[in-house]
Amino acid sequence: MTAAALDLWRPVPMPVVSKVQETADTVTIELDARDSPVRFAPGQFTMLYAFGHGEVPISISGDPAHPERLVHTIRAVGRVTNPLVAVEPGQVLGVRGPFGTGWPVHDAEDGEVVVVAGGIGLAPVRPVFHALAAHRERYERVWVLVGARTPADLLYREELERFAGAHGFDLRLTVDHADDTWDGPVGVVTRLLEAADFDPSRATLMTCGPEIMMRFVVREALRQGVPAEKIWLSMERNMKCAIGLCGHCQWGADFLCRTGPVMRWDHAMHRFDVGGL
Amino acid sequence: MSRYRLDPHDLDRLLERLQEGGRVLIGPRLRDGAIVLDRIRSTADLPRGLTTVTAPGRQHLLDRADDALFGYEVGPDAAKRWLHPPRVELWRARKDEGGELFFEGTDEPPKYAFIGLRACDLAAIGIQDAVFLRPGITDPTYAARRADVRIVAVQCGASAATCFCASMGTGPRVDRGADLTLTEVLDGEPHFVVEVGSEEGEALIEGLPVKPVASTAPEEAAARAAAHQERQMPGDVRASLLNALESPAWDDVAARCLACGNCTLVCPTCFCTTVEDTTTLAGDAVHARRWDTCFDQGFTDLHGHAVREGVAQRYRQWLTHKLSTWHDQFDTSGCVGCGRCITWCPAGIDLVEEARRIGGSG
Repeated sequence: MTAAALDLWRPVPMPVVSKVQETADTVTIELDARDSPVRFAPGQFTMLYAFGHGEVPISISGDPAHPERLVHTIRAVGRVTNPLVAVEPGQVLGVRGPFGTGWPVHDAEDGEVVVVAGGIGLAPVRPVFHALAAHRERYERVWVLVGARTPADLLYREELERFAGAHGFDLRLTVDHADDTWDGPVGVVTRLLEAADFDPSRATLMTCGPEIMMRFVVREALRQGVPAEKIWLSMERNMKCAIGLCGHCQWGADFLCRTGPVMRWDHAMHRFDVGGL
Repeated sequence: MSRYRLDPHDLDRLLERLQEGGRVLIGPRLRDGAIVLDRIRSTADLPRGLTTVTAPGRQHLLDRADDALFGYEVGPDAAKRWLHPPRVELWRARKDEGGELFFEGTDEPPKYAFIGLRACDLAAIGIQDAVFLRPGITDPTYAARRADVRIVAVQCGASAATCFCASMGTGPRVDRGADLTLTEVLDGEPHFVVEVGSEEGEALIEGLPVKPVASTAPEEAAARAAAHQERQMPGDVRASLLNALESPAWDDVAARCLACGNCTLVCPTCFCTTVEDTTTLAGDAVHARRWDTCFDQGFTDLHGHAVREGVAQRYRQWLTHKLSTWHDQFDTSGCVGCGRCITWCPAGIDLVEEARRIGGSG
């Protein structure tokens, strides 16, 4: 038994250094990873462990240029995410990873980039914004199309607006249900895609959100003429091990913890509409 | 391959040899009305003079007219129970007074020897090797148990009504994976024919009272066992099931399936696990993994819903994984044709029949 083999299952302790309340049920926490930097590709995830409660897969939401600061945005939806959201600076979490595939930030160079995200689906693409901003000159127009249920559910809103201003991203926001703080568009994120004036033959599209949202986003992208091999999505499944051994994340022949979560549409298209696979 | 003759009263010498150096010997024994694989120490623990009558949904024990030690058909257990245990601690987490977290390993398994495994069981070990010992993804709990194991196989001389190893290419002849293979000969003067399959096997019988023998008993036994088998997995099953993903035929089996998961527990290759976190009275947090089943609705839980909500979807996952996508993942079928999932299905569902019906094979 080698130490390297053991490391696949065993977390590394990392202290929480900061916590930001993003929405009513969602926080962003930063872990101090200086002792074991987490070099990751945008789109990859870690297994986060809350002492005594267990592990869950959470996408990395930080800047890939800073592997010593491990950032996750977490929504409180269950047995493990509830205690994770409740942590305070100074407390220690366990971390394994990074795991899985990443977004095609290099393949997307020399063309337009269209990011379409819904709800908490914005968290796994946030590192893409950092990566694009770091080499802004390598990309043509960058479209960031974001949907949320209500204005109060919009993640990273100020940061996105700041990023868009500083790096020339075409940022468009929409909500399903407006309130009196909202004077933007109301409706599904697909409408933003319909209205975005990009060249489909030069665009790489990355989408993350509920499967129903991604289904309509992909359909619209294909309708506009984006090739299947330039469309990427991130699939969510139950994961217990993240190393292809527990079987939970299987989708057809894929273990999504290894050949996902990010995958190209032409790899997903033949089974995406098979219910309950 | 060298062949030797071993008298039944000398078998205990071999069992002692297998346990040298503290090796834990796992073999067949009678427990809870079934022949299971458990710790044994001598031939007195073996299921002497017993046989089995096996059919979809049942297996009965009967007395034999002779003193055969291995005269039964496969029981519910395979080597999986020992090499990939039902529950194993992965680590414990401890928090000190300053709030620091420490993760500590606890797994110190014994070294194992097995006796009584059949050709299907050896094929199943080969498949679990492919799952757990992948380059870059070695599972330490499996690797620690699997390393340096000793295996004495038994050549089947009969098949259960649920067996179909011949059509899966995994048996009934034991032709790989064993250090020694015993063929129990009951005609005339009872004896074992011992085939040596490895250097370790050669070392196991060195100095034992065995005599070289020219015998075709192993081949004859395998031929008898093969001749008994009527079930045949369709040759096109890998493709035919994937072409039938949205067939209404899944609803038919779902109406009979209890989603109990017995099939995945007795399957010698099913490897899925979940993890459970508990806390000791001392305050340590234990992170353990245990066998899970894709028949459990919670297996695919995401917040608020399960991906495979219906039994038809869960049965489809099991059957297509076992017979189709397993090839893509591990370059082999996930099925060895042992028939355990048929025998231990409380509804007597026959996966060969279902694969044929759903896949539309002749």
